[in-house]
Amino acid sequence: SSQQHQEAVHHCASSRCGEDSHGKLYKNDTETQLYSLKMYSIIHIFYNTIYDEDEVLLALAEQLGNFTMLVGGPEYVHCLLPPLESLATVEETVVRDKAVESLRKISQEHSPVDLEVHFEPLVKRLASGDWFTSRTSACGLFSVCYPRVSSTVKAEIRQHFRTLCSDDTPMVRRAAASKLGEFAKVLEPEYVKSDIISLFTALASDEQDSVRLLAVEACVSIATLLPQEDLETLVMPTLRQAAEDKSWRVRYMVADKFSELQKAVGSEITKNDLVPAFQNLLKDCEAEVRAAAANKVKEFCENLPEDNREQIIMTHILPCVKELVSDTNQHVKSALASVIMGLSTILGKDNTIEHLLPLFLAQLKDECPEVRLNIISNLDCVNEVIGIRQLSQSLLPAIVELAEDAKWRVRLAIIEYMPLLAGQLGVEFFDEKLNTLCMAWLIDHVYAIREAATCNLMKLVEKFGAEWAQNTIVPKVLGMANDPNYLHRMTTLFCINALSEACGQEITTKQMLPVVLKMSNDQVANVRFNVAKSLQKIGPVLDSNALQTEVKPVLEKLATDSDMDVKYFAQEAISGMFDFLLSTKLLNFNSLNFIFLLFFLCSFGPSITIPNQRLQDGICHGTLSNQTLKVIACLSQLHTFTSSAASSFVLCGKNTK
Amino acid sequence: RNEQIPLQHDGSSRLNPAPGCKAPRWFHWPPADGTGAGWEQVCRFQDPKPADLSMEEESDTRKINNSFLRDHNYATEADIISTVEFNSTGELLATGDKGGRVVVFQREQESKTQPHRRGEYNVYSTFQSHEPEFDYLKSLEIEEKINKIKWLPQQNAAYFLLSTNDKTVKLWKISERDKRPEGYNLKDEDGRIRDPSTITSLRVPVLQPMDLMVEATARRIFSNAHTYHINSISVNSDLQTFISTDDLRVNLWNLEITDRSFNIVDIKPANMEELTEVITSAEFHPQQCHTFAYSSSKGSIRLCDMRLAALCDKHCKYFEEPEDPATRSFFSEIISSISDVKFSHNGRYLMTRDYLTVKVWDLQMENKPVETYQVHDYLRGKLCSLYENDCIFDKFECVWNGSDSVIMTGSYNNFFRMFDRNTKRDVTLEASRENSKPRAILKPRKVCVGGKRRKDEISVDSLDFSKKILHTTWHPYENIIAVAATNNLYIFQDKVN
Repeated sequence: SSQQHQEAVHHCASSRCGEDSHGKLYKNDTETQLYSLKMYSIIHIFYNTIYDEDEVLLALAEQLGNFTMLVGGPEYVHCLLPPLESLATVEETVVRDKAVESLRKISQEHSPVDLEVHFEPLVKRLASGDWFTSRTSACGLFSVCYPRVSSTVKAEIRQHFRTLCSDDTPMVRRAAASKLGEFAKVLEPEYVKSDIISLFTALASDEQDSVRLLAVEACVSIATLLPQEDLETLVMPTLRQAAEDKSWRVRYMVADKFSELQKAVGSEITKNDLVPAFQNLLKDCEAEVRAAAANKVKEFCENLPEDNREQIIMTHILPCVKELVSDTNQHVKSALASVIMGLSTILGKDNTIEHLLPLFLAQLKDECPEVRLNIISNLDCVNEVIGIRQLSQSLLPAIVELAEDAKWRVRLAIIEYMPLLAGQLGVEFFDEKLNTLCMAWLIDHVYAIREAATCNLMKLVEKFGAEWAQNTIVPKVLGMANDPNYLHRMTTLFCINALSEACGQEITTKQMLPVVLKMSNDQVANVRFNVAKSLQKIGPVLDSNALQTEVKPVLEKLATDSDMDVKYFAQEAISGMFDFLLSTKLLNFNSLNFIFLLFFLCSFGPSITIPNQRLQDGICHGTLSNQTLKVIACLSQLHTFTSSAASSFVLCGKNTK
Repeated sequence: RNEQIPLQHDGSSRLNPAPGCKAPRWFHWPPADGTGAGWEQVCRFQDPKPADLSMEEESDTRKINNSFLRDHNYATEADIISTVEFNSTGELLATGDKGGRVVVFQREQESKTQPHRRGEYNVYSTFQSHEPEFDYLKSLEIEEKINKIKWLPQQNAAYFLLSTNDKTVKLWKISERDKRPEGYNLKDEDGRIRDPSTITSLRVPVLQPMDLMVEATARRIFSNAHTYHINSISVNSDLQTFISTDDLRVNLWNLEITDRSFNIVDIKPANMEELTEVITSAEFHPQQCHTFAYSSSKGSIRLCDMRLAALCDKHCKYFEEPEDPATRSFFSEIISSISDVKFSHNGRYLMTRDYLTVKVWDLQMENKPVETYQVHDYLRGKLCSLYENDCIFDKFECVWNGSDSVIMTGSYNNFFRMFDRNTKRDVTLEASRENSKPRAILKPRKVCVGGKRRKDEISVDSLDFSKKILHTTWHPYENIIAVAATNNLYIFQDKVN
């Protein structure tokens, strides 16, 4: 393996530092070491030259973590430490964090001896650095070297960590607090009790809010490390204090981490302590805290011990939830609305109908559209438990109101839920109540809504099938082709683009195509070039006969339109269609088809340029039968002619015939 | 009797910091025992920027720049100093001007041979912090004028400061470089690209020492958060956040995040016609990370606790002195507008400056200030003409000394005032070219109030209202002050015998 390392080194050396290796293999350690030194000086110079370019430093900090093989393998990995050490002290947090990440990575590649000789002194240097930047970086390194060093060094590390936890600058205390949980995990159980708990208590009562709130995070990991019987005396006083902290940011953190905390402390403490704490958070005076707590309602209830889950929810949680439904802050209400439906699966059918349904209905009538949207978007949970019919009477007015909301973003959001709702409500209910809405969106005055509405129609057709489309949607869509407003006529085209594939060849050819073709005579140029675009789009669905006899003449006509854009898009459509034919039908290589294709193409005359490369590709990928070989002959001529004059092209067409 | 206010300092070595001692020593001004000689000028900079930096020096080895001899009254608008601020150690002093420039001065190292030079500052770095801009959406010009500079506590070998104009706050890094790499592969020593065919071998560049270079780089730009003009910025004691305050709103930023800020105070009424007051200044408490205060144009100060709620629209303390009906006049509201609010270093008091007075408030007492100092009460009779020439809207700042025992604020005619809170003595000093001989002791000035003018007194009518001292700063723990007078920066220190 040592030989392999050296070869790897040699390989890298020769590719990167030609003058150093001269093709020779490294014979001994001295040379490798020399090479490592060189490498180090390169890194050093690099670091010093660009020391103000954050992004370069960031990349450097990241890459150095992967340099182990380049400096001679794990034996020499310690020579990466000096540059990473200086990167770990820069003022840019992202660079520092990346350097620490790399240091953590390469710490694993140190032998236990190297770790004590090289790595641990670096951690100590950082921990006792003059500037806070190095001390914050040190906080992240304790946990990686602690498990692999001797017990005396371990004692030193613990001491360093203790010192940093009471550092003068809040930045270092924050760094220490955020690594407290991680460090606790690698400590021996006896030290968790003797060291970590006192540090944790101190940090959790720090004068800086920003430190205290990080202690909450540490609380989760510390609680998982301690035996159940110690939690009450060692962790709970601090946790209770945090849940009632004067600063809302700390309480927010408790609310945000509530599910994790709940899992960490176990069911008994949850019942006795966390339930009242959670109630308080749901009633907190700061809306941010209530919103964070409201977000956790479902998870909290799910994780309650099963034996008396229902009782706790009904007597303790539900009253708070009821109050939140009519909260003054809309963020709180919408946070609640996004999870409240989840309670129905936990509480079962009867309770849902009796207690939750009134809440859902109240929220469906909420003045804030976001709340209503959140309810509607989570209907599936309720559907499973009580069926959507219970809700449909209230649902409909709510949907109609959202569908007509003055804010287009709200309308957009409800459109996106339509396919889901349609699936849940069934085709009859949909036809009866919602179909008109879907059609009304097609003539919305905001383009984004019309666009979303066409997309919605496509999804509905995918759900309800082509027959349903033919009966309900297609006639209405096609009717719009005669609308006096050109924007609505264009919407017809967009709908056809979206629906053609879902509706299939028959409907497209028989019903849609005639309308599209008719619209090519529209007086508005925008409509005409959208006809060209549509023809290109629906081309793949049509049969070749229709293409040849109906589409082609129209495109040809459009290609000579007086409007520049119409001309452009017609030509695009022609060559696009060619591309399509070549890529799908032609690759099956029915040579007869191919000849037809050539006819087809040639009949367009000089109006298109054939991409030669595509033609050749088509040939090369096909299976060449006798007939196709003949075609190649034509093709070779075609190849010459397409790149020359238009008249020759026509000639080519005749030759082919 | 007042003419002979002793402005003295005990120069005994007992009070000087021991060599290598980093802990601040608190000086009391003026010292009780009455020895010492007063304030002496150590430096004066005119239009402080490298091109025509002028500095008075007794040493012949330094050239005296010609621009020093320019007409004193001549100053282009861009050269007017708009803010001045010491950093947390007092090693550096930054000024900002209306031209958007920031000039940083560094204190000269103390030398045993020339002990009197201890308070001298030299230009360390100059950079253009803000450029004039144009807001195309509102058709408004955005001035480049630096409204405020705040230093961040030093976190590594580099220094960081926040500077702001009306709209944009920038975080600047000022760092030194004394080495440069030489021996590149692809370019020669003059920086020309080498012909690739002549490169036959690779070499590792080496670092060579070079002349010290001080660089200023903008590390963060906090923009697009203020509709109105930013009047103050303040860094939180958690060293993670800062606030920027405009006329109607206070925004909270994370120093590392530029694309997001939180609005924590918004006093904008739904209907702008109902607007009755604006925010004039805001500052964080020096120790409590959750407390900040903001002052209003109505003469009140609100103390907010960020722990209570995410939005601090509701204050937790409201400091206001009831108006005396006897002195009520047309100008009452204008002159009660607070132009500056500062927490004392110990965090117990708030100092506010309105047009005529400086007030000190105890955080525990909301109904009236514990101390009120008259800055220039003799102007009370001239408010009408001050209104006409707009001087009544001047925004004077105020500062504490390192031990919170003395406060300093500016006035007109290049006068500035100091008030000793313990002895209740006060003094008026003048920052002017006439008496700005190096090492000259500043003579206390006296404005004549009555009819008879005694010798050495200046009559109110002869005060020059175009010469005003709005911006001053006090060294964090020594008796060194910097005073900005139009386009001149004066640095004074207490005289050491």
